[in-house]
Amino acid sequence: MSEPARRDPTPARLSSSSDRVFEILILMLASIIVLVFLTSIYQLGKDSWPALTHFGLAFFTQRTWNPVNNTFGASSMIAGTLITSLVALLISVPLAVASALFVAEYAPKWLANPVGYLIELLAAVPSVVYGLWALFVIAPVLGRWQITFFNPEFPDRLALYTKCAGLWADNKTTLQCFFVPSSGAGRGLALAIIILTVMILPYTASVARDVIRLVPADQREAMYALGATKWEVISRAILPYARAGILGGVILALGRALGETLAVAMVIGDSQDVLRSIWGNASTMASVIANQFGDARELLHRSSVVTLGLTLFFLSVLVNYVARLIIARLTPRGIQ
Amino acid sequence: MTQTPPVILSAQNVDIFYGDNRAVKNVSLDFRRGSVNALIGPSGCGKTTFLRAINRMHDFTPGARVAGKILLDGQDIYDPGVDPVSMRRRVGMVFQKPNPFPTMSVFDNVVAGLKLTGVRDKAQLMQVAERSLKGAALWEEVRERLNTPATGLSGGQQQRLCIARALAVDPEILLMDEPTSALDPASTAKIEDLMSELKKVTTIVIVTHNMHQAARVSDTTSFFLVGDMVEHGVTDQIFTSPRDERTEAYVSGRFG
Amino acid sequence: MTSAATPTTARAPAGLSPARRFQNTVMGGLILLATLIVVAPLILIFFYLLKEGIGAMNLNFFTRVPAPEGETGGGLLNAIAGSVEMLLMASVIGVLVGVAGGIFLSEYPRHPLMPTIRMLSDVLAGIPAIVMGLVAYGLIVLKFGFSGFAGALALGFLMIPIVVRTSEEVLKLVPLSVREAGLALGLPKWLVTLRIVLPAAAGGIITGVMLALARVAGEAAPLLFTAFGNPGVNLDPRGPMSALPLEIYRGATSAYDENQRLAKAGALLLITLIFVTSLLARRFSRRR
Repeated sequence: MSEPARRDPTPARLSSSSDRVFEILILMLASIIVLVFLTSIYQLGKDSWPALTHFGLAFFTQRTWNPVNNTFGASSMIAGTLITSLVALLISVPLAVASALFVAEYAPKWLANPVGYLIELLAAVPSVVYGLWALFVIAPVLGRWQITFFNPEFPDRLALYTKCAGLWADNKTTLQCFFVPSSGAGRGLALAIIILTVMILPYTASVARDVIRLVPADQREAMYALGATKWEVISRAILPYARAGILGGVILALGRALGETLAVAMVIGDSQDVLRSIWGNASTMASVIANQFGDARELLHRSSVVTLGLTLFFLSVLVNYVARLIIARLTPRGIQ
Repeated sequence: MTQTPPVILSAQNVDIFYGDNRAVKNVSLDFRRGSVNALIGPSGCGKTTFLRAINRMHDFTPGARVAGKILLDGQDIYDPGVDPVSMRRRVGMVFQKPNPFPTMSVFDNVVAGLKLTGVRDKAQLMQVAERSLKGAALWEEVRERLNTPATGLSGGQQQRLCIARALAVDPEILLMDEPTSALDPASTAKIEDLMSELKKVTTIVIVTHNMHQAARVSDTTSFFLVGDMVEHGVTDQIFTSPRDERTEAYVSGRFG
Repeated sequence: MTSAATPTTARAPAGLSPARRFQNTVMGGLILLATLIVVAPLILIFFYLLKEGIGAMNLNFFTRVPAPEGETGGGLLNAIAGSVEMLLMASVIGVLVGVAGGIFLSEYPRHPLMPTIRMLSDVLAGIPAIVMGLVAYGLIVLKFGFSGFAGALALGFLMIPIVVRTSEEVLKLVPLSVREAGLALGLPKWLVTLRIVLPAAAGGIITGVMLALARVAGEAAPLLFTAFGNPGVNLDPRGPMSALPLEIYRGATSAYDENQRLAKAGALLLITLIFVTSLLARRFSRRR
């Protein structure tokens, strides 16, 4: 029979031409995955070509994004994407790891399972629902505090705002002014970071929980047997053992954060100006795609928006690759 | 043994339950200071379960419960006033499979227990590491690579590293749960040779399914069968003239 | 070997220092507190939507389309119908390619294309949904205009990697002996795969499909420039179509109370469906 040698050791009498047909059929369907990947690159590449040839690498370093003048530079939204994602990651990781430790190490079974469910449901909440909640619930809360800066009843705050507003008008800011609100709407970069933090928490948390559960029992017991407290077992035996897997989960959460679109688009304020206050309006690559692609009539504008998509595409491929590399490199080698 | 050393560890009417299942039934045993004590019996007989009760490892097994008393130097370790963390420091443990901390170096593994109590002095740590590694007969093999990952050692070396790690906190009792079952014969022989030295500084309770090992290394032997402690005595007596016919059947290799 | 006999240092004084005991307690407390912070948003969101949205969930909500701006009394029938239809179409793509991919990865592990397909499937799982929307826009919308089919294509692409991963995992759990038993009966491999292995893994695969559906059912980003939205009920996949997440997005960013009210009710309906699907999927996989 014409069975290739690399196939499973199927006895020759069982193989038939129908097997060959089935294999080809499955392979063809599975190859659609490759096709989707290549088509994506082709489509995004083709549509972003005008912008890329027109602006070259300056597209990524220029700050001006002005559809009226047909000048497009993505540096402010690249910065927006990186700032929102990294800050959200920084806040969420300790919380996520702590909740994973609670589920895996502290909670009794009757409590661990429901809490685990809740965290998984958190991951299932759609982006637009998070955005709606942020707009209708968190933004007004932030707004109530922000508005005190424009209220004569708080002269200190008003004076501070007035001072900062002067600086902002000159496109300048100071560390203190960076934390002074520039409007009372509640929306802006800070709200985007808050909602992004909530959204990526469950990803890190569930990866961390799985990894922590896989730490062998005798690693815990060895530390306990040396006279360690529970926290010492966690910090000296469990977390070091699980760190590669947790870091992998963190990187995957970063991938989510970089591409997270609607919740951010709904609250960040869609401004490409220089960031002068953490409460001010800003934009990310994904939020600009959502907010502007539909209205982009000019070829160059449209092409520039697609270029942001192409950038996000390669960024997520890169992040995925780095996550695997880290997991492979840092996983503790087998104990004999 | 010209004069009898004092009893350091005494189990009195110990029952151990997993849920409703009574895995160890009314076991009473005394262990004397500086002795090697073997617990033998077919698998599932409760010997490991009993061993793990001596440093309260069952605290982490949901549904496990220990009844009766285990006295360490006259103090019941299950007394509500006893802090299990400080208690475990006095009772070291070596596990079935070598389990060094994989992200730590050889040196850090040995002094892991010491660092818990806040010892930071490099010279003191080094001194203890050297003493413990010598005590585990590993010093000559690893002195040149104290700062390399512990997982780079061979299986037998890893297990001796785990013994050194337990010795570093100066335990009064050293529990060994089938410490050679995952090792090759040469590494097993090394660890068996070590026992007679170790008992000069600590008291050993060792679970083994290898009767020859029990006969070679231990001073006393206790035979367990489906949760009962059938017979306890001086090792020579257990292996040459057991009183119980079940013990005889087991040590003569008729079952198990 | 003699060194073991050297006199040891004095036994360390037993007892846990207050500092260590304190640290242990504080860290335990912080971990509990952090867990509460993590799960709080879920509970807050759910009860907010319940409070705000339940009132709007009347018969009109399920039987009418949104009222013209400024008027009241509309519903989201257009969005519900669009979501159902697009998810059905997306499932065809997601299940067909996803399960085939899972079979390929688990049953032909030595095929030279295996590592490539596994890697690309993982890569696709990480591609932001909005980027898939841009791809579907370029593929379909540029030539044929906004359509439910374009939206379904984007959602289907998003489903593929999720279904591939779960199918591969559960197919690999089917013991080798089951395959060998089939082969020993003289059945060709394809029949063994389709008649014996696949049914044995069916529960897990259904779980994977349900989770994938729950995931893409809430995606609005890839639909913005593909299905686009439609104020009326449209069942023709060649025309623009509405979807629940799209209406939520439009309503939440709208200035009209009535639209916001519909958005909240739509969000309540959407997350309830997603939660039920996720929980059912978990139950289903646990029972097996």
